[in-house]
Amino acid sequence: MNYFQGKYKIVKKLKLNDTVYDFTLSCKEITDIALAGQFVHIAVDGFSLRRPISICEINREKGWLRIVFEVRGKGTEALSKLCEGDLMDVIGPLGKGFDLLKPGKKCIAIGGGIGTPPMLEVAKHYGANCTVISGFRTGSIAILQEDFADTGAKTILCTDDGSAGRKGFVTEALEECLNSEKPDIICACGPMPMLKAIVELAKNAGIRTQVSLEQRMACGVGACLVCACRCVKDGEEFMAHVCKDGPVFEAEEVVF
Amino acid sequence: MADMKVNFAGVEFKNPVVAASGTYGYGREYEALYPLSKLGGISVKGTTLHKRDGNPAPRVAETPSGMLNSVGLQNGGVDKFINCEIPNLLTKNIAIIANIAGATVEECAEVAAKLNGTGVHMIELNISCPNVKQGGAAFGTSCENASAVTRAVRNATDLPLMVKLSPNVTDIASIAKAVEAEGADAVSLINTLLGMRIDINSRRPILKNNVGGLSGAAVFPIAVRMVWQVANAVKIPVMGMGGITTWEDGIEMMLAGASAIQVGAAIFKNPFAPVEIADGMNEWLDKNGIKCVSEIVGRVKPW
Ligand SMILES: Cc1cc2nc3c(=O)[nH]c(=O)nc-3n(C[C@H](O)[C@H](O)[C@H](O)COP(=O)(O)OP(=O)(O)OC[C@H]3O[C@@H](n4cnc5c(N)ncnc54)[C@H](O)[C@@H]3O)c2cc1C
Ligand SMILES: Cc1cc2nc3c(=O)[nH]c(=O)nc-3n(C[C@H](O)[C@H](O)[C@H](O)COP(=O)(O)O)c2cc1C
Ligand code: FES
Repeated sequence: MNYFQGKYKIVKKLKLNDTVYDFTLSCKEITDIALAGQFVHIAVDGFSLRRPISICEINREKGWLRIVFEVRGKGTEALSKLCEGDLMDVIGPLGKGFDLLKPGKKCIAIGGGIGTPPMLEVAKHYGANCTVISGFRTGSIAILQEDFADTGAKTILCTDDGSAGRKGFVTEALEECLNSEKPDIICACGPMPMLKAIVELAKNAGIRTQVSLEQRMACGVGACLVCACRCVKDGEEFMAHVCKDGPVFEAEEVVF
Repeated sequence: MADMKVNFAGVEFKNPVVAASGTYGYGREYEALYPLSKLGGISVKGTTLHKRDGNPAPRVAETPSGMLNSVGLQNGGVDKFINCEIPNLLTKNIAIIANIAGATVEECAEVAAKLNGTGVHMIELNISCPNVKQGGAAFGTSCENASAVTRAVRNATDLPLMVKLSPNVTDIASIAKAVEAEGADAVSLINTLLGMRIDINSRRPILKNNVGGLSGAAVFPIAVRMVWQVANAVKIPVMGMGGITTWEDGIEMMLAGASAIQVGAAIFKNPFAPVEIADGMNEWLDKNGIKCVSEIVGRVKPW
């Protein structure tokens, strides 16, 4: 287990919509070892716990790490006020990321809402062999669609209200994809009900699936045991920890 | 450089800063940042006789200047601790405190007995966990129960025995005196204070366990007060903890009467906290011409 703690400069800040921000940090030591699906743990002035945020994009040449987050409460609101040139206190890279299969293998990457950012590195890995399905409540909050397209992946945008892309849930799009061509792996991140529905479909189709889970955290490194998640292996149930054993888990090992 | 060594209940600590039980695992996770030998000691995650899964998540809620936790003593059981963790810890040049708990007096004694001859330097008997239904805080909130469990563990072990007290009582000094009378070599305090937070939109408690233990900077003044009261009531040494976040807090806790200190929740925001606290205390001692850290223990000048 190797990770760093440091204060890293914000080299780029974008606002993607009313509530979602896109920050790029200069932190070469982290990007050198960061992997798709890992996360960083960010300190916020005035708050006692750090905030876990997935790694969205890794630029190894420049040593740039991109994170995309939504303002949910007071901590992410305070983070969103930081500016280019400011320092962000980050621990990372943390956790276990997605298993990236050999080139030529096919992947379906699915992101729901603010679960889409970690799918970018997955899409970059598989390129044209990837189909990215992203789902949002409505078109105005859809993010990262151009980034996904730039990877060469096929993109399918779903919105609950049909205001952009196709109307409906990601699971409907997934079902259609599975009917035409079976991928080697499915990677998914988003709300629990969505993940549960995806895992059900994938299981029936016999496709290996990895899901990225969320849980409230304190240490972020596996020491405090607060981020528990019920898992099962070899028929035996146990409490795993999202920060260290995850956030990415084999779907068949998660007790939903 | 001041002399940071402390002899605490017969155990040598190279400095008085110890990582608090449950916040530091068995130390493995923090070795990516600095060698464990920078700490005076480590109090490991609470160990019970058998493996425990702990409570369902969420197990943490943020609070102003602190946090609630309801882990519920998740651990792999004492045998796993002995076989998988102690050998590694013994190579780290650090005082090892085995934190133990149990649902019954007998269980606590059995865990303690198993630790004889394993190389751990000290036992910290947790009679104050607010997150378990049996044992735990029930032991720590009455003098009779505290005495009974201390007596049983005392008879089961030759290791220095430190009893960890609950702050969820009206008179912590009387509990301290009760465990001292049963042969405890030291006391540590405070464990967490029982608390609760509610999401006003869902009307659900944030913790799945509804309630949990409060720790972090918010509890520091309570901890200082209790350490002061206990240190004045007993002759055995006190290990002080609860909200220590800066080196100034460390000095303050020792002035209140703690012979050594533990740092817990502060580590989550600043994993270097224990190291920075030890370094900062050392500098302060130098600046004030104090040669040895133990000289400040209990040196508050009360009005
Ligand atoms: C591994 C992981 C990766 C994540 N990646 C992203 C991401 O890429 N983009 C993004 O927008 N969000 C992400 N999240 C969710 C993000 O951590 C929360 O939205 C954020 O912590 C909320 O903080 P707050 O202060 O705004 O909210 P508050 O509700 O005020 O926070 C109070 C406390 O609860 C915790 N908390 C609240 N909601 C969550 C949650 N959903 N998950 C974990 N902790 C929570 C906070 O960390 C804090 O300790 C991720 C969560 C995890 C566990
Ligand atoms: C996540 C967490 C887990 C804990 N687990 C234990 C435990 O297993 N045994 C124990 O005696 N105390 C446990 N504690 C209590 C701490 O050791 C300490 O007494 C308390 O947190 C106060 O110190 P602090 O404010 O520096 O954290 C735990 C505390 C936290 C935050
Ligand atoms: S947050 Fe501490 S173990 Fe996961």
